[in-house]
Amino acid sequence: MTTLEAIEILVRLAWLAGAVTFVLGLIRMNSPATARNGNLLSAAGMTVAIVATAILILAEQLLDPASEGVSVIAWAIIIGGTAIGGGLGLYTARVVKMTAMPQLVSIFNAVGGGAAALIGIVEYLRLVSEGAVRIDEHIFIVLDIIIGSVTFTGSIIASGKLQGVIPGKPIKVPGGQLVTIALSAITALAALALFVTGEPNLALMVVILAAALVFGVTMTLPIGGADMPVVISLLNSFTGTAVAMAGFVIGNEVLIIAGALVGASGAILTKLMADAMNRSVMNIMIGGFGGGEGTMAEAGGAGGTVRSIGPDDVAIQLAYAQHVIIVPGYGLAVAQAQHAVRELAELLEEKGVDVKYAIHPVAGRMPGHMNVLLAEANVPYPQLKEMDDINPEFDRCDVALVIGANDVTNPAARRPGSPVSGMPILDVDHAKSIVVVKRSMGRGYAGIDNELYTNEKTGMLFADAKDGLAQLIEAVKAL
Amino acid sequence: MTPEEIDGLLQSLTIFTLAILAGFAVISKVPATLHTPLMSGANSIHGIVLVGAMIIAAEATDPVSQIVALVAVAFSAMNVVGGYVVTDRMLQMFKKKPVAPKPAADQAEA
Repeated sequence: MTTLEAIEILVRLAWLAGAVTFVLGLIRMNSPATARNGNLLSAAGMTVAIVATAILILAEQLLDPASEGVSVIAWAIIIGGTAIGGGLGLYTARVVKMTAMPQLVSIFNAVGGGAAALIGIVEYLRLVSEGAVRIDEHIFIVLDIIIGSVTFTGSIIASGKLQGVIPGKPIKVPGGQLVTIALSAITALAALALFVTGEPNLALMVVILAAALVFGVTMTLPIGGADMPVVISLLNSFTGTAVAMAGFVIGNEVLIIAGALVGASGAILTKLMADAMNRSVMNIMIGGFGGGEGTMAEAGGAGGTVRSIGPDDVAIQLAYAQHVIIVPGYGLAVAQAQHAVRELAELLEEKGVDVKYAIHPVAGRMPGHMNVLLAEANVPYPQLKEMDDINPEFDRCDVALVIGANDVTNPAARRPGSPVSGMPILDVDHAKSIVVVKRSMGRGYAGIDNELYTNEKTGMLFADAKDGLAQLIEAVKAL
Repeated sequence: MTPEEIDGLLQSLTIFTLAILAGFAVISKVPATLHTPLMSGANSIHGIVLVGAMIIAAEATDPVSQIVALVAVAFSAMNVVGGYVVTDRMLQMFKKKPVAPKPAADQAEA
């Protein structure tokens, strides 16, 4: 065995070790207690894998007789690229607001998928210059480029929608399904031509690349902002799959393992999120909220009177209650009111009130997003209750304080015939008294009126989540 | 395709399939509250694409491939570094008890 062969073996073992840490890291993310540790383990494995790769490249340049020695350009690309990209990643990850985090994850999906597609492109350029491409190489490069490119543009659009750069509402693509079908047909024909002829053909590959890039845009644009978390999760899964395909393209097992791992995890997570909203992934991808205009209009005319309530009245209710359940929603996240809500809860606890938080699986923008936001504000983790645990407690809860949550509290979901029908909801209407802090009577993502607001037990405190909470804190302090 | 090539392909497919099954098994046990950090954590794992980008960067000889490789390296480095840092920032908040005033309070108003 030559020295180079020995190094190659060690590097492959290092990659294997990295893959093991990815799996173990994900297992440790099962529990809040070990999650951080799991992520650090995974990061350590990643570092080992990357350093091992650098050692392999250096060893090949130094020890392989066929090599032309150390390539300055190659190292300039590797070190320069890592410094630029790594610096950008470090900076954005450090400064991003926790509410804007889903967009950032989407951007990381975009660059990850983009990188996978670019690997396919470079490899294809090399094969074209050599003049021969095997059928399996063709298949994996085509898959790599398609999945990577769709992820790239799709993730950028998804991120733009969440950031508000692109309107969050569904945007109809002119031609709609026709465009989708045409793009798919072009891609399929071009791919088939490559596979059948077996000839390297750069022009056809460019057609596939372009069609996939456009497809990413037309796939994501018609989907509403409310469904973006599911879309981002799906694109996360796509990125993993694209990376696995890139692994096939360059024959690297650690890319295959890690990519497949993420592809599978993203798929499960996507399904869980869609389930929590009582939607199928297909339904979301095809776009629009069910498309049942008739049922929406019908459910929309709930009518009834709305009772407005002032902060002082709410403060008295809260301060003299025994059990208070806070229902935080997207409005709280947008208003960055998580610190204010914690302050109010602490004030109430000083007065002997038992305070809990009811977390709907899709509260915020992604499953678990609300937990992150509240944890950021130092809300004690045990106070956060998941839907199934907290729902029976609403029956003996004195005041349910709903802050910026809408559709997840709508009792209409228990009946058929409404766009939210069948969606699991928090049983807020079972509480003895309900206070809703909300800016206006505006509708939620489902686009329907919330029957909770016209419930006779409900008082509406019309305010932005942050202002409303500030008023409540003042009022409770003044008691 | 030569027998060795077919052998290699089948080995890769085997690894791929088993890794998918591992992904399903590992993820399905995670509680909903950790889904966002989990998505972010999975997101950083596909930053492994940096390994691939480095390998093609080392092999690229013509200027076009080199430029594309540079973008690929930068993209994947952003994915891997940013992914792990943002996941850690999130998980840092899942502390068992609020232990005194935190030293990281300067980051809290992010």
